[in-house]
Amino acid sequence: MAHAEGQQHPLGVYIKVWILLFVLSAFSYLVDYMHVQGYLRWTLILIFMFLKAGFIMAVFMHIKWERLALSLAILVPPTVLLVFIVIMSIEADYTFITRGIFFGTGT
Amino acid sequence: MVPQDPNIAIKQPNELAPGMSGLTEDWSSDQRAFKNVSWGKAMMWIFLLSDTFIFSSFLIGYMTVRMSTAVDWPPVSEVFSLSFGGDPIPLILIAIMTFILITSSGTMVLAVNYGYRKDRKKTALLLLITALLGASFVGMQVFEWTKLIVEEGVRPWANPMGASQFGSVFFMVTGFHGFHVSVGVLFLLLIARKVWRGDYDTGKKGFFTSQKGRYEIVETMGLYWHFVDLVWVFIFAFFYLW
Repeated sequence: MAHAEGQQHPLGVYIKVWILLFVLSAFSYLVDYMHVQGYLRWTLILIFMFLKAGFIMAVFMHIKWERLALSLAILVPPTVLLVFIVIMSIEADYTFITRGIFFGTGT
Repeated sequence: MVPQDPNIAIKQPNELAPGMSGLTEDWSSDQRAFKNVSWGKAMMWIFLLSDTFIFSSFLIGYMTVRMSTAVDWPPVSEVFSLSFGGDPIPLILIAIMTFILITSSGTMVLAVNYGYRKDRKKTALLLLITALLGASFVGMQVFEWTKLIVEEGVRPWANPMGASQFGSVFFMVTGFHGFHVSVGVLFLLLIARKVWRGDYDTGKKGFFTSQKGRYEIVETMGLYWHFVDLVWVFIFAFFYLW
């Protein structure tokens, strides 16, 4: 648990996560290097991305050890972005189809 | 100005309830919701939360233009390839930049750790190494921009490789991220100097705030630095690898 003197944790945790981040980055680079395409590519990219982001936030930024009052105040608000992503992808699809009709390209 | 009392919480940190009941207690209590977190750290988190929305807006904007363009997106892997005498290696510079940023995140986390142990010299040295790695990241970004502008002819409004939105997204997203790294380097150097001088041991007052600093500032700085690394993880995945 966190205490009054701030976030003090054994160095081993940091070193392990550090190495893990290197390995995950190498994997995500290999996805491109090995020319993995299609849905497998996107899935792998997303998995490695979320794992890296998760480890950085949980351990390096100490969210794992913070009280729920703080960690939820940080983690919950960004979920509204999912709504934004959905809205904008609907909008982008609409624009794409309109362009296809107007310019005679695409669909 | 009312002086900040770091022990304003009525309960000691080890008396606070854990888990969900702790959550309701913290948020329904008097004066402050973030019990064992100083105002400086809480404010850094709130700043980072707002920055999350800025970068998310950029990336969602990028998603929108990339999904809606009827022209093919430039082959990113080839655009950012680099040749060291032999065949061009795809994305190699970006991969090196990614590893540099992760390395700097590691040295930063060590600096935070040694800071709380009040190991003045190691903390300052690690902060300095972090700043140097950050500076080399920016240097590589400058190289990348120069190559793209001068050799490839990429402009914010057009480029010879494909969809014209590529340039505007690239300059906007990586430019804003590079600016964050640059500001981070400046603050790292500033804090490294203060740590080296022993400001946080002697309780010397800061020239701007007129308040005594504590080693906690290293952790707050670390939060910012890891956030910059975090943003790069998303840029790397969505812009360079997608």
